[in-house]
Amino acid sequence: MNFCSQGNYDNMTNSNEPDIVAFCCHYTAYACSQDLQNLPRLGFPENVRLEILPCSGRISIIRLLKAFEQGADGIYIAGCKDDTCHNVRGSRVAKKRVDYVKDVFGQLNIEPERIEMFMISREPNRGFIEAAKEMTERIKKLGPSPLKGK
Amino acid sequence: MSSESNLKKVLTSGQFAVTAELGPPKNADAEVIRTKAKLLSDCADAVNITDCQTAIVRMSSIASSVILMQEGLEPVTQMTCRDRNRIAIQSDLLGAAALGLKNLLCLTGDHQKFGNHPNSTGVFDMDSIQLLQMVRMMRDEKVFQCGEEIKGREPDLFLGAAANPFADPFEFRALRLAKKIAAGAQFIQTQLVYNVEKFAAWMKAVRDLGLHEKCYILAGVTPPKSIGMARYMKNNVPGMDVPDHVIARLKGAKDAKKDVQEEGINICVNIINMVKEIEGVAGVHIMAIEWERAVPEIAKRAGLLPRP
Amino acid sequence: MIIGERKPIREIIGMLKGIKNILILGCGGCATVCSAGGEKEVEILASIIRIDRKKKGEPVETNEKTLARQCDTEYLEELKDEMDEYDAVLSMGCGVGVNFLADMYPKTIILPALNTSFMGVSEEQGVWSERCAGCGNCILDKTGGLCPVARCPKRLLNGPCGGSQNGRCEINPDIACVWQLIYDRLKGLNQLEKLQEVFPMKDWSSSLHGGPRKIVREDLKL
Repeated sequence: MNFCSQGNYDNMTNSNEPDIVAFCCHYTAYACSQDLQNLPRLGFPENVRLEILPCSGRISIIRLLKAFEQGADGIYIAGCKDDTCHNVRGSRVAKKRVDYVKDVFGQLNIEPERIEMFMISREPNRGFIEAAKEMTERIKKLGPSPLKGK
Repeated sequence: MSSESNLKKVLTSGQFAVTAELGPPKNADAEVIRTKAKLLSDCADAVNITDCQTAIVRMSSIASSVILMQEGLEPVTQMTCRDRNRIAIQSDLLGAAALGLKNLLCLTGDHQKFGNHPNSTGVFDMDSIQLLQMVRMMRDEKVFQCGEEIKGREPDLFLGAAANPFADPFEFRALRLAKKIAAGAQFIQTQLVYNVEKFAAWMKAVRDLGLHEKCYILAGVTPPKSIGMARYMKNNVPGMDVPDHVIARLKGAKDAKKDVQEEGINICVNIINMVKEIEGVAGVHIMAIEWERAVPEIAKRAGLLPRP
Repeated sequence: MIIGERKPIREIIGMLKGIKNILILGCGGCATVCSAGGEKEVEILASIIRIDRKKKGEPVETNEKTLARQCDTEYLEELKDEMDEYDAVLSMGCGVGVNFLADMYPKTIILPALNTSFMGVSEEQGVWSERCAGCGNCILDKTGGLCPVARCPKRLLNGPCGGSQNGRCEINPDIACVWQLIYDRLKGLNQLEKLQEVFPMKDWSSSLHGGPRKIVREDLKL
């Protein structure tokens, strides 16, 4: 399990698995498992690099763009379901920022599906794992980032 | 050709006046105007010619007015503030008067956004009230807007304006009419009346200010051609008040397999008969755009024919 | 405050075709306050440009800088020694800044990243609206402080027109009819008589229509 605050996401794993960065809020991550080192055992894909935020609303647009610039094939944010965000509006704000980057991607002819917002229950659940798996499958179909190999 | 406006003559004589309306063509064909003129002859004292109504490009009001005049009808030329600055307006009006036009309706104009050239600028160098003032000064003081004297023949125009008894703020509407009259309006044509009750309330406010004695008020009326048209006016045209009972009446006719257009004409005739009874109403302005042949029928059934 | 918005990305990228070394220049004044062209926005735009170029396989060098303002020679002069290095400067300041950079650095390509729109207020986070048209001859003492030149689409001085309904403007129901607002305010202040006189025609020569304007204050000149 790798935690990373800055850095290069190119080829985090040596396989044909896509390089995915997940920005997750503290609450959704811990709803899944009290011990984040447990996540791989619960099925959390190895190719997803997890970055924990105090709240998903803390994510900045530049951080999302830079993750992509630095080699991620896909990016997602996992935040609390809209009506249960611990900080009231955090996940809603995060979604707006994801939509902003989707729009940027669209204007650059990059697939907007490479970035996504997942809103996950804070009750103990596997939503956290499912999001990571879903994104991995999606990005596998889309192929590597158009920035790779250039 | 008489040098005085026929409309002015009828109104000052105290007779109930009738004006109609004609929309110029979206092309350079004078024949369109001549055809419509024939439909309207002998049923109105004067006929309005709109000036790029709803900001849609049509043959100019002044040019169309001249063609109408050649057909023996008296035009009410319209001028908006949307398309021309004070230089062009004064220039056009000198030409209008020189060509023999006698009546002018001064309007601010529909915003260009409504029309077929929404990307144009909107001039709005002045509003309708300032326009009235300017033209009155040209006529009565013989000066241009800049103060310079008009040497020689000044434009002698019978001035009118529009009024909307149904717009907001309701309590200000009569006061705004007072401003228009103070600025120079000699006759007024109102927005279409379907809500006679509200119109009567406005007329009371107008009478309380003595305005009905300072200018001639003509109530605007239109026969609804279809239920769709009535609904459109109710829901989509700003400043229009179409009560539900009007639409119900048209629906009733349709359901009874009667001619809806006939009913529309009857509704118009009923409204004319009602507003005729309201003190201070000096005439009606019948607008039947693209249905000009309905006008003589309406005038006949409302007992307004023959014209003096 | 001057309000603007960043141009669509495709338009900006189109302007930068063939340009290899760019300075993306932010402004710490109005552009920052309306979140259009401050330091944060410079960073974002620079990243977007790099992503686009990387995707196309076309090299680009982006430089990021934000001046306190772009409308004062004092701040534009800070760039004096480095301007030759850049193929183009993409200004994220308002049109004023773009012009002033072009005035000051005639040998450099200066490009506008913003569409500058109006002088206005911040109604709430993310929402700005126009209040002043800069007509150069303020009449707000006569209209209860609310401007019909900026806020009436027909610039009526003897409003409202017949299209005012329920306090909304006929051309866009999202716009309040400013003449209804003026009426309400003057009524509340017991000043309705101000609306009874005919407001004369405006002298537009002091506004945009009179040509580019200049104010000289001799008492302030050194």
